[in-house]
Amino acid sequence: MNFPWLLLIVLTPLIGTLLLFVPKRFIPFSDKQIALYSSLITLIFVLVVAFIFDTSSTALTQFDVSYDWIPIFGISFHLGLTGISLVLIGLTAVLTPIVLLATEHEGMKKRKEFLMWILLVEASALAVFLARDLFLFYVVFEAMLVPIFFLVGRFGGPRRSAAALKFILFGLAGGLVMLAALIWLYFVGATQLGRGTFSITALSNELNMDVWTERWLFLGFFFAFALKAPMFPGHTWLPDTAEQATPGTSTMLIGILDKVGTYGMLAILLPIFPNASKEFAPIIIGLAVFGVIYAALVAMAQKDMKRTFAFISISHFGFIVMGIFSFTSIGMIGSTVYMVAHGLSTAALFLTAGYLIKQKDNSLINSFGGLTKIAPVMTGIFLIAALASIALPGMAGFVGEFMVLTGTFQRYQIPTIIATFGIILAAIYMLWLYQRVFTGTENKETKNIVDLNLKQTLVLSPLVLLTVLFGFYPAPVIKIAESAISNTMLQIGQTDPGPIISKVETK
Amino acid sequence: MNPNAYLVLSGIIFSIGALGVLLRRNAIVAFMSVELMLNAANLAFVTGARVWGKLDGQAAAFFVMVVAAAEVVIGLAIIITIFRTRNSASVDEASLLRW
Amino acid sequence: MIAAIIALPALSAAILLSLGNRTNKFGPWLAIGASTGSFLIGFWQFLQMLSRPEEERAVVTTVYEWLAVPAAGFKVNFALQLDQLSISFVLLITFVGTLIHIYSLGYMSHDENPRRFFAYLNLFVAAMLLLVLADNYLLLYVGWEGVGLASYLLIGFWQHKPSAAVAAKKAFVANRVGDFGLSLAIMTMFIVLGSVSFSDVNEGIKGAPAWVSLTLGLLLLLAACGKSAQFPLQSWLLDAMEGPTPVSALIHAATMVTAGVYLIVRSASIFNASEIAQTAVVVVGTISLLMGAVIAAAKDDIKKSLAGSTMSQIGYMILAAGLGPIGYVFAILHLITHGFFKAVMFLGAGSVMHATNDNVDMRRYGGLPKVMIFTTITFFIGYLAIIGIPPFAGFYSKDHIIEAALSHSWWAGAAVLFGAGLTAFYMTRIVVMTFVSKPRWEDDVHPHESPLSMTLPMIVLAIGATSIGIILTQNHIFEHWLEPVTGFVEPEPPFSIQTITIITLSVVAIGVLAAIWQYRKVAKVAPKNVSFVVTAARKDLYGDVMNEALLMRPGQATTKFLNIFDKSVVDGFVNGLGALTTGISARLRRSETGYVRSYAMSIVVGTAILVIALLIVRL
Repeated sequence: MNFPWLLLIVLTPLIGTLLLFVPKRFIPFSDKQIALYSSLITLIFVLVVAFIFDTSSTALTQFDVSYDWIPIFGISFHLGLTGISLVLIGLTAVLTPIVLLATEHEGMKKRKEFLMWILLVEASALAVFLARDLFLFYVVFEAMLVPIFFLVGRFGGPRRSAAALKFILFGLAGGLVMLAALIWLYFVGATQLGRGTFSITALSNELNMDVWTERWLFLGFFFAFALKAPMFPGHTWLPDTAEQATPGTSTMLIGILDKVGTYGMLAILLPIFPNASKEFAPIIIGLAVFGVIYAALVAMAQKDMKRTFAFISISHFGFIVMGIFSFTSIGMIGSTVYMVAHGLSTAALFLTAGYLIKQKDNSLINSFGGLTKIAPVMTGIFLIAALASIALPGMAGFVGEFMVLTGTFQRYQIPTIIATFGIILAAIYMLWLYQRVFTGTENKETKNIVDLNLKQTLVLSPLVLLTVLFGFYPAPVIKIAESAISNTMLQIGQTDPGPIISKVETK
Repeated sequence: MNPNAYLVLSGIIFSIGALGVLLRRNAIVAFMSVELMLNAANLAFVTGARVWGKLDGQAAAFFVMVVAAAEVVIGLAIIITIFRTRNSASVDEASLLRW
Repeated sequence: MIAAIIALPALSAAILLSLGNRTNKFGPWLAIGASTGSFLIGFWQFLQMLSRPEEERAVVTTVYEWLAVPAAGFKVNFALQLDQLSISFVLLITFVGTLIHIYSLGYMSHDENPRRFFAYLNLFVAAMLLLVLADNYLLLYVGWEGVGLASYLLIGFWQHKPSAAVAAKKAFVANRVGDFGLSLAIMTMFIVLGSVSFSDVNEGIKGAPAWVSLTLGLLLLLAACGKSAQFPLQSWLLDAMEGPTPVSALIHAATMVTAGVYLIVRSASIFNASEIAQTAVVVVGTISLLMGAVIAAAKDDIKKSLAGSTMSQIGYMILAAGLGPIGYVFAILHLITHGFFKAVMFLGAGSVMHATNDNVDMRRYGGLPKVMIFTTITFFIGYLAIIGIPPFAGFYSKDHIIEAALSHSWWAGAAVLFGAGLTAFYMTRIVVMTFVSKPRWEDDVHPHESPLSMTLPMIVLAIGATSIGIILTQNHIFEHWLEPVTGFVEPEPPFSIQTITIITLSVVAIGVLAAIWQYRKVAKVAPKNVSFVVTAARKDLYGDVMNEALLMRPGQATTKFLNIFDKSVVDGFVNGLGALTTGISARLRRSETGYVRSYAMSIVVGTAILVIALLIVRL
């Protein structure tokens, strides 16, 4: 076996968590430093892996690390890297240190606990993106709920306990259904293959389920992923949670953890249940398109900044799901790029707004106004984040959105046209928000707002730089995702539709 | 040997005990009623042992007696403690553990 | 090298925006330098292009591979195309752009933060250059939205004014409606033709069925309407005058708003293939040119009046572009001459406002020639150019459009002729009210000529507005120049060219005289009891009212309804489940009374039930 890079990546934040509790006389670092350094070391490992990653390889996974865990049920601790995983662990590894640096003001009293939960979020997110064993995937999928539950419930706003409860109930509901489907899948596999296995690769390559079994199992897993993503109509936990959670928590939650839903669809649903995926695709595309428009419209009516961001994200998840179920290379790669772009822009939005909200202790849109003059740097960064979020060309979001729309347009023209209306709605909700919060004249309440200092600006600048970089040069993300997507296309037995004109000619 | 009379007696004693537990409010009396029920069960056990000519029933009766003795120690201790704090041994007044 | 044309202003904008106040001192100069540098490189490229034979003039430079999914045959390069059409735009943009940078030096000198303004101007120049230099539709889209962003930032430059912030948002949203069309057009190109580059689309469209060119044509027209403020997406342009005047001159007169014309001309092969799409373009152009002229004739705000005029003149260009190969060249020619004469008039308006404490009401102007002679003369040259008096630039371009329109159909010809008369009317009105009539200044206003940095660009542009028409039409230079890109067919009007010129000039004369008669006396306050037409024109022909009634209010109602729906129905279902659970448990827990006796009772009853059940089973 090769050098276990992936194990190292998952363990580093966990080790950091443990080090937080070693008495200070043994360690020369403060809690803050421990958390930051361990997340940075993780980032370095991820970068190393990204450089070694072979984009030309057709292998399903690379850097595999596998240990027997519960051999009697065929469960192993198996980590492996696909192109999609690499993109998403990259996003996780970049966002975590930024969140740690940008949320120094959050949870001042319970500092150590806050850092611990953030690191645990990172570790579980990394593990979930790397898991190649479905049981392991399920375990970390559920384990992720715990740190977020405590981050919301212990550090959030006045109605935090209700929000945390709602969050965990939705998570458990999805997880429970998925567990049932998982057990069923195990027995289907055990009967057919003669050995029980949870290996995602084996399940997707060797299993032939009968039609109805596949449909039910597909729905079971889809239910969990759609609640996590979240898609309409299972989305209502997200606005409540985001409203009560601190900006740092929301960044981790929406920027990283919600991607698990869409990642699951792309990396688990499609390969293991190709036929059912194809059957349900039109319905799911319809639901996704409806979600895009619906959430964009609802976002306009929100009075609270954080709730608005949550609905915007729901709208964006509609785009991502659309791209995944378009079954075209362009659409699926577009979804992968979109996930990265969405992570970056959401983080920038929440964290910049976080600096603002911290100063006023409320996030109501109407309580701000006229910040341009008082806080020009904050205004500038927020505007860039806002434009990135509405997919302005030249930003990463545009690459993702355009590829998703084009890919979907290849198969589903009418839904795509409807979804394209989303770009108009996006301009309205975002610029209207910007107008109310930042333009106009300063009022009594906003005149003592302090602008970002140099350090805070520098913390946020990687988000802006990466967004612009991937907008003009998305090749790294596309290349990495491409190999994995072409494997997925093979597994679901789909080929890209060619141009219509040449078809006409050959007929 | 015909066990019917013994079993009927056992049933009667048991019923008296059960009714005592259900109807009496004094903790001590309720407690005694529980003892009554245990002894009714013991009578049935011993009857059984005699009928089948095996020792199993006797052994079971011994276990019940041991358990009853242990229970008496703890039960009386609790009742006395409650009596000390509330000046009453009524079971209805100790109804704090409810919705 | 071509990339440097874009890179210079882009880099300068990036430096000024990211380093912030540290660059306040040299910021404006850096911006001017970047814009000038761009112009010089562009000019050098132009000379080089001239030195090449005609068929080698167009060059495509691939900078790098931008988006590529080989498996799906999807490939878009970051590639720049420099041909006769794009170099014409590069020269116009950088030349007028540089002059307006210089003008802004004087105009924005009293502003708190000229550095930010110059950064946005540079950003705009870079995006606009990307728009015209792109070799494919997707990259064009980047520039397309880039100029929209710059326009948004510059309209809202004084964002402490709520009206400016609202106008900026409105402009961006209207542009996005157009972008909706452009996105769909690009996607359609890809799924139908397999590529989005100009050359591939031009090739592919030839063999495509009619619905393809019709769809693409209508979608591109929608895009052009959004960007060029044409009917029905026109309403943002008048509000956009909230921005500083140099912005109105550069973006909302000379360059950005003409991007729609560029798009249509660039997509000539698509429109040539669909007569219906072409007719749609002509109709949109006709409606806009008349609407714009009517609005311009009723506004008392000098900038809004000029904005109406811009809408009307772009209507001319769009109309010409819809005429097909007989019109493309003249659309671009009018675009260039318009760039000069409209810019000079906007700068003149800015100069007047500068002199009158930023008053925009023409009813409080008058008597200005004595105090600001340069402004008056340059504005007057622009005036002669726009109404089409020979030998000023507008005469040549507009006359050709009239010829082309007449050879297309009688209604298009009649519309452009009527438009020419209206143009003469509203422009004469502006000149009379602003300059010629008696002073009606506010009490504390003491008009004075603007500084050299402002008058110099106006003089240069006025020279251009005088001469560029003659220069470009001598020996059909411009037709031959653009022919390889757009194609050209000599128009064949039903009358001789002399007759047309005479008719046009007499219509213009009628317009001028009517305006002079109407405005022989100017009241300080706009008259109240006016005809229905004037009332409508003052309200932008109810464009906003319609938007509000058809889109905004239903939209707001929908969002409100959906928000309530989301809270009460979707989330209500979830919360309802929760409430149901807690409700049931609240009832059930009542059975836990705390009485030992009742627990004992339930044990007894339970046991009894079990025993009975067992007995029943045994029986």
